[in-house]
Amino acid sequence: MKQVIRVIILTIFALFTVAPLVFLLTGTFMGNRELFECIAPALGQGDGCASWHLLARFPTLRNVVELLLDSPEFFQMFWNSVKISFGIVLGQVVFGMPAAWGLACYSFRGKKMLYLLCIVLMMMPFQVTMLSEYLVLDRLHLLDSLAAIILPGIFSTFSVFLMYRFFCSIPKSILEAARIDGASEWHLFLHIGVPLGSSGVISAVILSFLECWSMIEQPLTFLKTKSLWPLSLFMPEIQAGNAGVSLCASLVALLPAVFLFLSGQDYLEQGIAASAVKE
Amino acid sequence: MKRNDKIGWLFVLPELCGMLVFYLIPFADVVRRSFSRAMGGFSGLDNYIQVCSNPAFRLAAGNTLRFVAVCLPLLLALSLGISVILYRLVRGSQVLKSMYLLPLAIPAASVVLLWKLLFHQQGLLNALLSFLHQNGTDWMNTGAAFGVLVFTYIWKNLGYDVILWTAGLASIPENIYEAARVDGAGEWMCFWRITLPNLRPTAFTIVVLSVLNSFKVFREAYLVAGSYPQESIYLLQHVFNNWFQELSVDKMSAGSVLLSLVILVFVLLLQRSWDREELS
Repeated sequence: MKQVIRVIILTIFALFTVAPLVFLLTGTFMGNRELFECIAPALGQGDGCASWHLLARFPTLRNVVELLLDSPEFFQMFWNSVKISFGIVLGQVVFGMPAAWGLACYSFRGKKMLYLLCIVLMMMPFQVTMLSEYLVLDRLHLLDSLAAIILPGIFSTFSVFLMYRFFCSIPKSILEAARIDGASEWHLFLHIGVPLGSSGVISAVILSFLECWSMIEQPLTFLKTKSLWPLSLFMPEIQAGNAGVSLCASLVALLPAVFLFLSGQDYLEQGIAASAVKE
Repeated sequence: MKRNDKIGWLFVLPELCGMLVFYLIPFADVVRRSFSRAMGGFSGLDNYIQVCSNPAFRLAAGNTLRFVAVCLPLLLALSLGISVILYRLVRGSQVLKSMYLLPLAIPAASVVLLWKLLFHQQGLLNALLSFLHQNGTDWMNTGAAFGVLVFTYIWKNLGYDVILWTAGLASIPENIYEAARVDGAGEWMCFWRITLPNLRPTAFTIVVLSVLNSFKVFREAYLVAGSYPQESIYLLQHVFNNWFQELSVDKMSAGSVLLSLVILVFVLLLQRSWDREELS
């Protein structure tokens, strides 16, 4: 009995957290007419209050088709998002993984300082670094290009921190044994570090990707040209005619993130938990 | 040892160069600018005084502080409660956990449209309220906007904190509970005397991470309400953005340095708790 009450309480909260997704899903399959009748009051046209149908009365795929076939600017933004996210995540693996390995497995002068620096940088909100990033991007003539988002993103240190936490849990005796067998340091990294720390790398990749996919401040500040904007800046202007397409666009925008979320959830949880307790 | 020293540096060097170029050197420049006039020349603490006496900055700093003070206890208590129940759940805990975590994957842009429909004066929330014979308000243009923002923050971060708490719970040895139960302790007793004290080190980490995450709520606030939102949700991030638009470099640099100092204090606290964990 007690168990049942507990499940009910937990489920109520869980329904709250997934409700937005349900709204987007159901809205996508409503026709424009039906949708407009529902939400007209919230657009300032019509009396009374907005309403919602959990099941579309006249389900249609027209909005999905229109978005996917007739809106080139949506595609452009989608690709910009893909370029930015993949660029940053790839760069973080190329630069961050060796750095995390170096911090985890070697002792050298300045290591403590460097680690602290990584944590400080990863905790700073964008507003702190906004001006300094702007100054350097201006100096390098990178403003208003995708590189202005990707390059600083690569060197944000959250992924280094996360991979460091996972690399630390690799027993040092394995490394010593391999060294005695004559493996070079680079071999240790490639053949022991990367495979054994792979769950940490995957966690870092997933968390970074989610972060990049919903990036708002950076593109808004550093990109003037609208054709360079990523999907996360797609701000639907809802009017009578296009409410359905806007809803559909919102849904498509979150699909890659949700897909990644569902397929890598274990890694995601490990990654989050790694910052709370030592493995 | 010497050789090891060099190899360690070789691994971290590429990342360090990037950090220097994109963050550290330019930030040093910003610190310099914070002590100088826009036209050049040393100005001492003038910029700082100007920032601290700026009414917009004060309003925003107050709001941000109030926001953290309201959200943090709410979020921590709620997520702790959920994770304690979830932890003892035999079945279905994985599905529920996924549901709580889902908002983390939903980009702010995707919820904007929905928030607008929900919290408009004639929106869905008010429809629901009038169905229950309650009076609604104009959520985004009155003080209620603050509540909407609090809700958004908790909605977004609940799952994240549940995972963190669960990790903490998993590190408490099960045999303590068994011993207590043998001695006749009830569930409440166990929670107050065993769970809470043992969670203290984790709790500290979670508090700091949650404070730092609270800066990200700006995304939703900005998308839903624009650059000049209702007064109660005018946050520090809005000030910085608007200064940036006006290109007032001197105010911005002083503001960034101030904010970075506050964050730095939090980070050092966090670091200390992590170090202590490593020792134990």
